[in-house]
Amino acid sequence: MIDVLVIGGGNAALCAALMAREAGASVMLLEASPKAWRGGNSQHTRNLRCMHDAPQDVLVDAYPEEEYWQDLLKVTGGITNEQLARLVIRASSNCRDWMRKHGVHFQPPLSGALHVARTNAFFMGGGKALVNAYYRSAEKLGVQIRYNTPVQDIELEDGRFVAARVAEHTVNGTRCPAERIEAKACVLAAGGFESNREWLREAWGQNERGEWPSDNFLIRGTRFNNGVLLQRMIELGADQIGDPTQAHMVAIDARAPLYDGGICTRIDCVSLGIVVNKEGQRFYDEGEDFWPKRYAIWGRLVAQQPDQIGYSIIDSKSVGRFMPPVFPGQQANTLEGLADLLQLPRATFVDTVNRYNQACRPGQFNHTVLDDCATEGITPAKTHWARPLDTPPYYGYALRPGVTFTYLGLKTDETAAVRFDGQASPNLYVAGEMMAGNVLGKGYTAGVGMSIGTAFGRIAGHNAALASLGQPIVKSA
Amino acid sequence: MNSASQLIPLLNIDEAEVNRQLQICNACRYCEGFCAVFPAMTRRLEFNKADIHYLANLCHNCGACLHSCQYAPPHEFGVNIPQAMARVRLDTYGDFAWPARFGGLYKRNGTALALFSSLAVALFLVLTLVVNGTLFSSAVDGNFYTIFPHNTLVAMFGAVFGFSALALVIGVVKFWRTITPGGEPIEATDALVKTGGAVLTLKYLDGGHGEGCTNENDAYSMARRYFHHFTFYGFLLCFAATSVATLYHYLLNYAAPYPIMSVPVLLGIAGGIGLIIGPVGLLYLNIKRHPDHGDAAQRPMDRAFIVLLLLISLTGLLLLGMRATAAMPLLLALHLGTVMAFFLTMPYGKFAHGFYRSAALFKSFVEAKREGH
Ligand SMILES: Cc1cc2nc3c(=O)[nH]c(=O)nc-3n(C[C@H](O)[C@H](O)[C@H](O)COP(=O)(O)OP(=O)(O)OC[C@H]3O[C@@H](n4cnc5c(N)ncnc54)[C@H](O)[C@@H]3O)c2cc1C
Ligand code: SF4
Ligand code: SF4
Repeated sequence: MIDVLVIGGGNAALCAALMAREAGASVMLLEASPKAWRGGNSQHTRNLRCMHDAPQDVLVDAYPEEEYWQDLLKVTGGITNEQLARLVIRASSNCRDWMRKHGVHFQPPLSGALHVARTNAFFMGGGKALVNAYYRSAEKLGVQIRYNTPVQDIELEDGRFVAARVAEHTVNGTRCPAERIEAKACVLAAGGFESNREWLREAWGQNERGEWPSDNFLIRGTRFNNGVLLQRMIELGADQIGDPTQAHMVAIDARAPLYDGGICTRIDCVSLGIVVNKEGQRFYDEGEDFWPKRYAIWGRLVAQQPDQIGYSIIDSKSVGRFMPPVFPGQQANTLEGLADLLQLPRATFVDTVNRYNQACRPGQFNHTVLDDCATEGITPAKTHWARPLDTPPYYGYALRPGVTFTYLGLKTDETAAVRFDGQASPNLYVAGEMMAGNVLGKGYTAGVGMSIGTAFGRIAGHNAALASLGQPIVKSA
Repeated sequence: MNSASQLIPLLNIDEAEVNRQLQICNACRYCEGFCAVFPAMTRRLEFNKADIHYLANLCHNCGACLHSCQYAPPHEFGVNIPQAMARVRLDTYGDFAWPARFGGLYKRNGTALALFSSLAVALFLVLTLVVNGTLFSSAVDGNFYTIFPHNTLVAMFGAVFGFSALALVIGVVKFWRTITPGGEPIEATDALVKTGGAVLTLKYLDGGHGEGCTNENDAYSMARRYFHHFTFYGFLLCFAATSVATLYHYLLNYAAPYPIMSVPVLLGIAGGIGLIIGPVGLLYLNIKRHPDHGDAAQRPMDRAFIVLLLLISLTGLLLLGMRATAAMPLLLALHLGTVMAFFLTMPYGKFAHGFYRSAALFKSFVEAKREGH
């Protein structure tokens, strides 16, 4: 029998598998996806938020524990567990040598992301390079890796893990029979449920217009995180945390693919122009704050609009002032022409722009500060960077809500154990997105997903190995 | 903005594909740390024909950005930068070749190179037969000039080499003018030094992290860099051997054959060995390379060139070892034939890559300097 079974194939799972193997356990990792799609949402990431008290290789200045904690407290509005959060924060200060040992390379921030030079260490080549490095290292250390192996059920005995079950399925036309895989201990790291359309529908429900908003959501990450295990664990009585209707959602290019659009589908020009809905009306202050601080609320804002669509409109003054979008915008020399291209009601759209233009107060435009270019006399106001849209050509980008991940997860403690009625399982652990809600009840700040997954993945893997070898587990501080 | 979009219809299929992929990369930028291509890309919002050729030649085909790309096939975005860049590079070599009609030689380059080599070898075999009567020799003094007089060889090889070098220079100058329109003033010294460093050390085959580039899978290795070094420096040593011998001949009136312990022969042996180890390694890596990595249609070109280098060094070393035997005229004809084939195809085969890439590197260092990096 295998010592440690790791279910999942992203960052958290790989960290767990590597740690368990390093602790001397025999390890098998089950990844639902084929090899080409391995790595879940982790393959789309770019950085890790790291605490540090002094400049550290690619990180400038300092980002002390307290400041990190205050940042988390702020973005979560207090829906966090201070003990676990601080555990993650401290782990983020010393995990990178271990990551390097397994082949991960860091680099200074990417161009266009200098605002996180102090707080975030970037992976050279992004998350897929990181995931590749971990898989190489795991193979080298003798971790058995199985792709195309979605676990469908978990067998428990009094809160103790017994076996994982894989249903019969076909891979490229070949039938794979149902399987039951036993292990002495197990780590669950199979991500959230963001690519489970039915569950999203259930969570988001029907709106007053009779629409099912989630049907129009795009999933920024993997198609393999369908929450089957999460659901099953909750049915089996595992303690849960978080709210199923909560998801990290950003406004992305409406032309993005349904899954795996990743980072490049973001639209960064919202704060430079205006955003209208399909009726041609503005609906929120586009200049409320810097875009990196606001992009996450725009997913929800767009989700509330009819048809769950919005249109970011800029004029040629803004070209070159934001990260280039992946698809070219619709381009027209007149507002009427742009309305036609975007299939917006002409009269209302032109009227919206004209009213906005007339409301723009003269000011000193500066996109790097909260400047004094604001509107007067319209609602919603635009409180910064408000400049009339008067310099053709005009550009329009259609926006849709893009789900990054869901927050619902399993409750855990500093040992990363799954809990049943407040009791820690002796041999079942959880890591990554499946438990991120313990630290991140809502909100988000760049790079914290990987910090949580790395910290808890490592703890879970280590403790699973100890449990499987009959040794006392470690309580991390 | 508009001037560039007006150029878009001029893009051919390969260029349009690079343009499409670079729009995705420019919105992603995860690969910025690997090489010079991505920083150069981020200096642009749009990519016209010249930009595309510039960036394509800046790419060293290390493969890192293919294996690290979350948008690589089977993703519907189908991003495969090394492959798209390789296809455009072939267009560069063909488009800028001088005389223009020879650019077509890049279309089926493996065949072309094989054909040239066979013809050149045949030519020397026939010449040997004509002047010597037989491919074997009874006079075993190791003196090549009893078969082909020195001046004949100098005239033949000098003329071909001169033409090919001129053709290469013209091609690269045309390329430079295209990717650097408007003749902006250039602060060259610093960029030249950096280019020299990048070329001589193959800086951009180190992966940005010093572990090298990818080949058959996503693992990094220095093998390609080292084998390329063997090839490159082996080639330079052979070139140096010939140059020293030429100087001996004309300046010192000291004619071949030279003893083993002489500068030209020692240089030639060292270079020849490098030119065996390097190409064998490169050929092995080329055969093992991941099928998606680079343009599979160009493998014949790559391999033909590698094999030609290998033939040159093998025949050269054999000739040296057996110059005092009856096989000397035959080996001499084979060696001269392969060297001639090499000189003839210099501007119309894989050899040209180094020149276009150096020009692109130079431009990237000029740009980086201008930007203040
Ligand atoms: C576009 C995008 C960009 C992001 N950028 C960042 C960033 O820069 N920094 C950051 O910190 N966070 C980022 N995040 C969030 C980050 O991706 C997650 O927090 C983190 O990857 C979670 O890791 P994980 O291992 O728990 O989940 P995942 O990486 O999603 O892994 C889950 C794995 O489980 C597998 N799986 C699912 N179900 C089963 C099953 N039933 N059986 C077996 N296997 C199963 C999946 O195939 C997948 O391999 C980003 C997310 C997205 C979508
Ligand atoms: S190759 Fe892929 S990962 Fe790299 S910059 Fe381009 S799109 Fe991004
Ligand atoms: S293949 Fe290598 S050299 Fe070419 S663009 Fe990609 S990372 Fe750069």
